[in-house]
Amino acid sequence: MATTNKLDADGYWKATLRLTISLLIVWFLASYGAGILFRETLDSFSIGGAPLGFWFAQNGAIYIFLALIVIYCRKMTEYEKIFGIKG
Amino acid sequence: MNELFWTYFFVIGTFATYIAIAIWSRAGSTKDFYVAGHDIHPALNGMATAADWMSAASFLSMAGLIAFLGYGGSVYLMGWTGGYVLLALLLAPYLREFGKFTVPDFVGDRYYSKTARVIAVVCALFVSFTYIAGQMKGVGVAFSSFLGVPFNVGIFVGSAIVFVYAVLGGMKGITYTQVAQYVVLIFAYTVPAIFISLTITGNPIPQFGFIGNVAGTDISLLEKLNTVVTDLGFTEYTSTTKDMIDVFCITAALMFGTAGLPHVIIRFFTVSSAQSARKSAGWALMFIAILYTVAPAVGAFARMNFIDTVNEATYIQDNENYEERAASITEDGEKPVPVWYKTWEKTGYIKFNDLNGDGKIQYRGPSAPDGVANEVEPNRDIFVLANPQIAQLPAWVVGLVVAGGLAAALSTAAGLLMVISSAVSHDLLKRTFTPNMTEKQEMIAARLAAAAAVISSALLGAFASSLPFVAQVVAFAFGLAAASLFPVIFLGIFWKRMNREGAIASMLIGLSTTFSYIVYFKFMGGTADGWWFGVSPEGIGFVFMWLSAGVGIIVALLTQEPPKEIQELVEDIRIPGTRSSHGKAEGGMAPSE
Repeated sequence: MATTNKLDADGYWKATLRLTISLLIVWFLASYGAGILFRETLDSFSIGGAPLGFWFAQNGAIYIFLALIVIYCRKMTEYEKIFGIKG
Repeated sequence: MNELFWTYFFVIGTFATYIAIAIWSRAGSTKDFYVAGHDIHPALNGMATAADWMSAASFLSMAGLIAFLGYGGSVYLMGWTGGYVLLALLLAPYLREFGKFTVPDFVGDRYYSKTARVIAVVCALFVSFTYIAGQMKGVGVAFSSFLGVPFNVGIFVGSAIVFVYAVLGGMKGITYTQVAQYVVLIFAYTVPAIFISLTITGNPIPQFGFIGNVAGTDISLLEKLNTVVTDLGFTEYTSTTKDMIDVFCITAALMFGTAGLPHVIIRFFTVSSAQSARKSAGWALMFIAILYTVAPAVGAFARMNFIDTVNEATYIQDNENYEERAASITEDGEKPVPVWYKTWEKTGYIKFNDLNGDGKIQYRGPSAPDGVANEVEPNRDIFVLANPQIAQLPAWVVGLVVAGGLAAALSTAAGLLMVISSAVSHDLLKRTFTPNMTEKQEMIAARLAAAAAVISSALLGAFASSLPFVAQVVAFAFGLAAASLFPVIFLGIFWKRMNREGAIASMLIGLSTTFSYIVYFKFMGGTADGWWFGVSPEGIGFVFMWLSAGVGIIVALLTQEPPKEIQELVEDIRIPGTRSSHGKAEGGMAPSE
């Protein structure tokens, strides 16, 4: 990994915060949103034989959590390259 | 080959493996002992974290609770996985970059205060001992019901095994045994689930069976379950009687608690860099998700099977010959009480009380349409263990599940013991009271502390036999962690202005309020009418977390800002690589390229 980019700690931290906040919004919507607050509305739809809100609370949210961490890792590695951070 | 043979076979086989691994991976230095030398691969650490994390509560207790709570059980599913997002995004990489051994280490250094460090030690000990009591109860349940060993002897045997590999191997030994324990427990959890899913839904993948139809019909499993349970007078399976606010708060307390649990956080000190810490959290959640997405299916299957086999079954007395009597009941076109029921009845975890004197077991909910009273009350903790028997799976599956349950309990207990022993030997002795200790002396102190912790947790576990379900005991630890540790760690990273006074106030408020609320409403006769904002003791940690953070922020703003070098430290841990290149991390903590 050639670190040709100039170190930009400030830019890195700002980008990190932006990413963290957007991922946390999805995190909130997938669990508290779909699984709890809007469950009853979502339950009028279904996935396979399960009411959608219920499914989110018992299975769906977990898949989304996993996807969020994977996206976070990828993005952060990218930022480390862009902003010349050693990792 | 009967169940007892296979149970001994798997239990002795796995225990021998753990001890062999412990001897092979003995710790040679304090760095090995506390953080396994900082060079564990992220995937391996993820697997160890998963085993460390998934305790007797996840393995034994959770699916059973879901089976009886239905949608209400979702709090455990979301709460115990969603915390990893917080951990990966907000804490793990930064704490790794900070580069020390323990959670009180971070609190003590970041808040430049011995007092703060000691309070953090107290919080960590509180959380860990509450949690370990739940594990020991799980070990006792598994031993007493399958190996014909008394509850307390079970706890003693379990503690002795943990003693060997925690005291000998420290974090290094624990990490490698946890990897082995993960393999055992995940295999033990999924194999019976696949069998049962095939029988009930015809689909071998439990996650699909869960949303599929009942085999041979076009009614979905959940729809059928809803009908069956409402006919018996329970709330719909996919619904709950709990208030939305309570469900919200319990989920949140479990999530933030997960992120604040010292024994989970220290696992991220064992990898080589901030980047590995992030990856490791991802791996951990993946390994955890395998069990957590299967658990709701296991719960639904268990409820279905329980109702099918027990409700309206004709009871057989202990003094009757089971086989003869069962055969004659079947001949009369009735359903005899199943074998698994009679086995579990001996342990006292399930009881039949023939209220209407008809010799049959009636299982009913609180508002049964036919007005019949409920006559059977099973303990939720037995369902995962009894599931293979209920579904009449081969005897070796039963043995495997017992070994899996023990792996889950022991791996978590070991992780907790590490927190307790490092809190005493490193944070209290080395960093606070006797800083002149040599590394050798610190190692001896750490081993002695681990030994003392094993013994006290075994004693605690012996008392734990009278406590409620494992998962609920454990839920308190989360409330305590969420309210006392999460805010100071989070603010310590994301708010430079947070200072010593604020941190001390925050931890004291969080710990004392949550602790008193739980003790009052759980052990001193407080009733649900008195709950603040309708939030149960399980969920109150989330409410007091905000209080604790709020008080911390106000106190911090009213007192002097932290010294310049502390503010620089905070900047350093935000940017990977800077701290170790400034030479401020502990020896050998620089990221290995």
